[in-house]
Amino acid sequence: MKKHWYDYLWIASLTYLILGFFNILFAWLGLLCFFIPLLISLIKGTKGYCNRYCGRGQLFALLGGRFGLSRKKDIPRWMKSKWFRYGFLTFFFVMFFQMLWNTYLVFSGVQDLRQVVTLLWTFKLPWHWAYHGTWIHLGVAQFAFGFYSVMLTSTVLGLVTMVFFKPRSWCVYCPMGTMTQLICKAKKKDV
Amino acid sequence: MDTKTKKRRKAFVDTNDCVACGCCVKVCPKHAMEIWKGVMAKVDMERCVGCGKCAKECPASVIEVKEVLL
Ligand code: SF4
Ligand code: SF4
Ligand code: SF4
Repeated sequence: MKKHWYDYLWIASLTYLILGFFNILFAWLGLLCFFIPLLISLIKGTKGYCNRYCGRGQLFALLGGRFGLSRKKDIPRWMKSKWFRYGFLTFFFVMFFQMLWNTYLVFSGVQDLRQVVTLLWTFKLPWHWAYHGTWIHLGVAQFAFGFYSVMLTSTVLGLVTMVFFKPRSWCVYCPMGTMTQLICKAKKKDV
Repeated sequence: MDTKTKKRRKAFVDTNDCVACGCCVKVCPKHAMEIWKGVMAKVDMERCVGCGKCAKECPASVIEVKEVLL
């Protein structure tokens, strides 16, 4: 099938993860993966981001497909059920707001900057080498650490389900995917 | 066999569990798949040849290729 420029966005996703290893401030770029899908669904009422541009989905498709790092088995029923997908979305939101709250605490000077990346909301990985102490406010750096944690955690979860089930299993419970689908469902009703 | 009642293989989507990810669209060689309004996948029965590529790819495994009488 004919390849388009957007079929190579997986390179951007991979680069993003690598850049964050060297300088955490690059994590801010990840906001694009939040706002673009939301805007597309809100304005156009489609999942155009998932369907075309998402580099993360492409990365899983590539690693699990071409590179064969997937058992290609069916995902368990409960993982595609509404309660799990919506539940995971809610959980993700709660953790996201907790991250914003931590950022706020650092911004207001109540809490010190924590130079760690939190994997799976539990494991604190040292990551100080990626922070070079800039003129930028500490809160800006804290958000970067928090946001990179979110991105790395979802990548790890995605890789695990890629290995066990189909390559793009992450897309079944990806919070952005679920959220944009919900927006599209809501929009479809009010037209 | 009468051409009007020939058995054909076609893809069917369990739209309830479809996550509208679009993986099926990407692999369909006949461009028979479409994501309808960001909600679910839809098969163009005219174009679908029942090859099953989409079913293999679908991360939610909600596509089934069935034989139908056309
Ligand atoms: S569901 Fe998530 S990972 Fe999959 S294509 Fe959509 S945004 Fe990307
Ligand atoms: S690949 Fe499966 S879940 Fe994704 S849009 Fe197609 S039918 Fe729906
Ligand atoms: S069965 Fe083959 S032709 Fe039919 S929709 Fe799926 S990929 Fe396309």
